[in-house]
Amino acid sequence: MVRTLLVRGMLVGLVVGLVAFAWAYFVGEPPVKAAIAVEEAAAAKAGAMDEGAPEVSRDLQSTLGLLTGILIFSTAIGGFVGLIFAMIYGRIGALQARATALVIAAVGFTTVVLVPFTKYPANPPAVGSGDTIGERTGWFFVLIVIAIVAAVAAGRLIRDLYARWGVGNAVAAGLLLFAVLIGVAHLALPAENEVRTGFPPQVLWDFRLANLGTQAIIWSLLAFGFGHAAERALAGKPLLGRRAAAGASAPTT
Amino acid sequence: MSTQTAIEPAAERRESGVPIPVASPRELLPYWIFAGLVLMLAIYFVGAEEGATSVFSGSAIHELVHDARHLLGFPCH
Ligand SMILES: [Zn+2]
Repeated sequence: MVRTLLVRGMLVGLVVGLVAFAWAYFVGEPPVKAAIAVEEAAAAKAGAMDEGAPEVSRDLQSTLGLLTGILIFSTAIGGFVGLIFAMIYGRIGALQARATALVIAAVGFTTVVLVPFTKYPANPPAVGSGDTIGERTGWFFVLIVIAIVAAVAAGRLIRDLYARWGVGNAVAAGLLLFAVLIGVAHLALPAENEVRTGFPPQVLWDFRLANLGTQAIIWSLLAFGFGHAAERALAGKPLLGRRAAAGASAPTT
Repeated sequence: MSTQTAIEPAAERRESGVPIPVASPRELLPYWIFAGLVLMLAIYFVGAEEGATSVFSGSAIHELVHDARHLLGFPCH
């Protein structure tokens, strides 16, 4: 069953990635191109030398490259959702398969996307400095790890309180703990602001919305798609099709 | 359905409609170690390879998935 959930998570992630790619291509690429144009105009004005053709052409980066990257990411996230589902299903109260998938995706989107976005928001190409990229990447992942630890702590608090306080109060206490921990992390981690004066704010805004949209598509469609796939797995049904699997009585573990 | 979930009073839980865990932590561990590692590598490949750190030489990989890295929100150039 664990393997089935893992494989289905990855398959749903792969399909979801196609939708996310469509969004990223049509909504995300225009501000990416605009940002690169700003960079090139600035370089030309400064009389800088042309860096020469990139190893991978821009046309390839914005189509096949974009598709490849998003599919790999989305498939991997789907796999993690499947593994986490196998770990917590049946262990968080009476939550059924679809509700469990929804909780995983909501917590995942919050910890992996929203929390880092509030401190280190996505930037279009040409905004960041090459000298600080290692540092920025490091703090970005540190904040994701902190957010995951904070979410686990909040989950444990909810579990410990809920018998005495009821679900509503326990969840409220858990959310408060999460907010406090993230607030402390915000204050403790260094600020990174790479956007230089004069960069068109509309391009930045469009790009950041496109980034949030891409991630929102991945996590929300995973919540519903994987919830459906996991429910069918638990009922011994194949991923697609109406009939029950012939080997439903002996599912893979 | 679930093979080895005798840790909980399974029959009782089934009757009350409370879902039964699909695997014990011990059964889950190898999946987390192997699949978790491969999945982390995949995310690293898109999110950080040759941006901040590099396993493969050259910059073709970095450049190929470059737009995805930006639009997924990873720090880049
Ligand atoms: Zn970049």
